[in-house]
Amino acid sequence: MIELIGIHRNFQVGDQMVRALDDVDLNIADGEYVSIMGPSGSGKSTLLNLIGLLDRPSHGSYRLNGQDVTSLSDSELAAVRNREIGFVFQMFHLIPRLTAAENVALPLILAGLPPEQRQPIVAGALAELHMTDRAQHKPDQLSGGQRQRVAIARAIVTQPKVLLADEPTGNLDHHSGEAVIRILEALNKRGITLIMVTHDLEMGQRARRRLRMVDGRITEAQHGAA
Amino acid sequence: MALRSSDLLHFSWRALRGFPSRTLLMLTAMAIGVAAVVLLTSLGEGARRYVTGEFASLGTNLVIVFPGRSETAGINPSTMMGETPRDLSLADAQALLRSRSVRRIAPINVGAADISWQNRSREVVILGSNHDLLDIRHWAVDQGRFLPETDLDRATPVAVIGSKIRDELFGPKRALGEWVRIGDRRFRVIGIMGSEGRSIGVDVEETVIIPVASAQQLFNTASLFRILVETKNREAIETAREFIIDTLQQRHQGEQDVTVITQDAVLQTFDRILGALTYTVGGIAAVSLAVAGILIMNVMLVAVSQRTAEIGLLKALGAAPRQILSLILTEAVMLSAIGAAAGMGLGQLGSYFVRVAFPVLPAYAPGWAAATALAVALITGLLFSLLPARRAARLDPVLALSGR
Repeated sequence: MIELIGIHRNFQVGDQMVRALDDVDLNIADGEYVSIMGPSGSGKSTLLNLIGLLDRPSHGSYRLNGQDVTSLSDSELAAVRNREIGFVFQMFHLIPRLTAAENVALPLILAGLPPEQRQPIVAGALAELHMTDRAQHKPDQLSGGQRQRVAIARAIVTQPKVLLADEPTGNLDHHSGEAVIRILEALNKRGITLIMVTHDLEMGQRARRRLRMVDGRITEAQHGAA
Repeated sequence: MALRSSDLLHFSWRALRGFPSRTLLMLTAMAIGVAAVVLLTSLGEGARRYVTGEFASLGTNLVIVFPGRSETAGINPSTMMGETPRDLSLADAQALLRSRSVRRIAPINVGAADISWQNRSREVVILGSNHDLLDIRHWAVDQGRFLPETDLDRATPVAVIGSKIRDELFGPKRALGEWVRIGDRRFRVIGIMGSEGRSIGVDVEETVIIPVASAQQLFNTASLFRILVETKNREAIETAREFIIDTLQQRHQGEQDVTVITQDAVLQTFDRILGALTYTVGGIAAVSLAVAGILIMNVMLVAVSQRTAEIGLLKALGAAPRQILSLILTEAVMLSAIGAAAGMGLGQLGSYFVRVAFPVLPAYAPGWAAATALAVALITGLLFSLLPARRAARLDPVLALSGR
């Protein structure tokens, strides 16, 4: 359960104060499928970063699964991120010198899991994404769609409750993008909360709950069948 | 939540391999620093061991008596040349044997003269002494025998010649038993000195040794250049030294006009000087380690900025600041350790080549130098990577992910 109350996020740019988020209230229940749309600079990514504990609000309160996370230290936030949240990025963010399996294993390595325990988990995640035969390939040996599937495998390897996707199809052709969205939707159907920032209206419309942001505020919220 | 050591090492190793030119640059810098310390200290240590070894070969129970008194300036050239108001005489030397601390003495007289046999001649260093000189200086006779055991004042016309002089005068012919002319006197060759008799100040291969009384006649002098005194053991050195000073003071009408030094003191002085030299060259070489450290810092700073997005990703995946810090530090320490190990190998190889090129120089890096070089390399790598590591740990994850 995500609860944002009166969230502000201000940035100092030169001598100007920029309000990236302006008094945002948002509740997202477990298992929801939410898309966030809006023009560039409207605050979508800032909101996603804040939900993903990569950033802290200037004001306001954020409760994740009942825990106030605004007062946690950087190390505590890192632990919560590792355990509760999975990220899927537009640019995939795979480490080029590591194989697909090693990239997927990263969150488990950071969690301190021994190799014998993480190996079957990594293999399972890759199998789920139909990437078993590419496990030992490096990112530059994979297509864009395959890279994003590796990135999704990495995002779900710790079995997080929340999956945050920032333009997950932005770097993919239509066919690959469609495949990636289906994977994310399948994960959502298994109970993972899916929050996706997108410019793509068609992709955004597939979410059951659609938020539109303008100038740091949520201006419109629509609910509908996905 | 801490990273497992094996994962830390593996991840850092993959990072180092992922950027080979950068890694090679830093390894080279560190290796050169450590190799410089190892090689230079091995040269210094080699010089120290060579010089002290040469002195030790003269015997550490040795006390040397010079004519003339050095008050505050230590041994000066006039003392060495024997230019003093009162001479050391054979009787003085004989008197020193009265001490129970003294095992044997060797009075020394030195000069240069022409030696000739048939139509061949050359100028040589003439050393006048007695039969005890052989044992005191740990020399060895190659052929024949050394000077006979006779009274010090007996001028027997015998000579022991160096092997090079034998070769030059006699060639392949037998030298033993032949009569040679030294200055205006004739001497019978009774022995040939071996090549192992080389020691500081004297090359016995090119020296002719005759009885001290014969040398005094040859050079028309009653004085001695110096007296070598061997004590019964190391503990007797101080007693013998006091006895020598007292005895010669009495014999010289109450004047203390001789200088008595012990071989130990000379040895220790050289040991100190050359030891300090080793430390100095080691210190100078260690500066290159600090330079390597600064290079590591600069390259690691560049590495952190090149890998900003990767650090941002690790943070997004749940890496705590301490984990990022430990990753960067492990990389730097790993680099330092590999560089130091390579430098150690290079330095030892360099020392080996020095030993091959100059066999008399025992150029082995002292243990402390090798250990210090390794420790300084690791500590330098660690210290100089703290700044880049802290910078990486403090990166804002959102900015880092965007590569800014």
